[in-house]
Amino acid sequence: MATTTQPQTVAKSATSLSNEEILRYSRHLIMPEVGMEGQLKLKNARVLLIGTGGLGAPLGLYLAAAGVGRLGLVDFDVVDFTNLQRQVTFGTSDVGRFKSEAARERLSNLNASIQIEAFETKLTSENALDLFKDFDVIVDGTDNFPTRYLVNDACILLGKPNVYGSIFRFEGQATVFGMPEGPCYRCLYPEPPPPGLVPSCAEGGVLGVLPGIVGSIQAMETIKLILGRGENLVGRLLLFDALAMKFRELKLRKNPNCPMCGEHRTINKLIDYYEFCGVRGEEAPGPDVQVPEITPRELKSRLDRGDDLFILDVREPHEFQICNLKGHLIPLGELARRVHELDSSREIVAHCRSGKRSAEAVDFLRKAGFRKILNLKGGILAWSDEVDSSVPKY
Amino acid sequence: MSVKVMIPTPLRVYAGKRDSAEFSAATVGEALGGLTTQYAELRKHLYTEDGNLRAFVNVYLNDEDIRYLAKENTPTKDGDTISIIPSIAGGAS
Repeated sequence: MATTTQPQTVAKSATSLSNEEILRYSRHLIMPEVGMEGQLKLKNARVLLIGTGGLGAPLGLYLAAAGVGRLGLVDFDVVDFTNLQRQVTFGTSDVGRFKSEAARERLSNLNASIQIEAFETKLTSENALDLFKDFDVIVDGTDNFPTRYLVNDACILLGKPNVYGSIFRFEGQATVFGMPEGPCYRCLYPEPPPPGLVPSCAEGGVLGVLPGIVGSIQAMETIKLILGRGENLVGRLLLFDALAMKFRELKLRKNPNCPMCGEHRTINKLIDYYEFCGVRGEEAPGPDVQVPEITPRELKSRLDRGDDLFILDVREPHEFQICNLKGHLIPLGELARRVHELDSSREIVAHCRSGKRSAEAVDFLRKAGFRKILNLKGGILAWSDEVDSSVPKY
Repeated sequence: MSVKVMIPTPLRVYAGKRDSAEFSAATVGEALGGLTTQYAELRKHLYTEDGNLRAFVNVYLNDEDIRYLAKENTPTKDGDTISIIPSIAGGAS
């Protein structure tokens, strides 16, 4: 399972660079802002990357290239084919391998003179403090809200900076939490969104290069923190809109009443973050109400039998072009305005890609008085798996 | 006062895919009210049932968080920009 490497007893700080290192980092050394002193700081720095995916890719690559002496990579996930669109540390031959190990190998190839440890483990309230304590800077490249809060809280409890980056479709955010005079994640977001309210990359999509940019910004901030150079993003929320190619900045204030980093801390230990975020078990539940469902196989039987079913597709037009069940297309965002196109006397089966958006649609329509409405469980992905494998998955 | 409200990507689907909208408003609250009147579906994403701004949604007037100003009573002037910043986490959850 977890191949946690025992952290070494703190070695004596490096006080010199080998001739090979001097040559490798020559482009750093000839800059007065770095020099031998700065490069030694990098060599003695210990940085832990939480997540080796879209953000973790440029982070790992640039921090390894820069000569950060000890890099920890925390990720329990396995490389998936759909990751290759953005997780550029991996190659096609890595599909199926543990990400932390594939990343460790790639980064070692880039720079064998630094220490790289793969922690093939899920970050939890039980292991976070132990894992973080031997590192100087924590970089948050994760993909879910419970972990964001966990990383934040562990960093505040241990007094470690948390270089934060997050992305959605073509927008990104970056800042540095966890500095004594600066805010923490809870100052910005005291409460997580309820599950299902904010789409993930799998549902919303993402321009592959976006985490490349935001992760590189995180790498830059990490290096600046180590070197003690330049102005960092403490107290500043950098917003990036890739389509408009615009950067904006908002002020992030430390909340004096923050339960974690404020004047009167009320949270003194790590909590159950999944419970905090309302996520139970492996899968985030859909909207609050359980909606009536039909499985793809059941739908197929009923259609074959000649049942008069109205198929409502709540995906976007560009998804309909990839594959469809010849349903009537009303994108979810337009449903409220176009509900008159539906006949409530007919039996309706709503579907989307994976069943989440259509569950919202069914919930909405039931509240609007529709009684004969079912959600296609698992969406068109499940249809492809269970009924017709010629339907492409995406 | 003509005020521009920037709509973040995750909420654009509920706002006719627009990335911003202009309203005549004297306060931040009025501008947001204009937005949720025009796009009723946005309401539940921005406000709880008892009419409070949701805690995972931050609202800024220009570059300042309204929590540190006068919240929704913060007065606005011509050309101001209101930004809605929801939390995003990316990834696969």
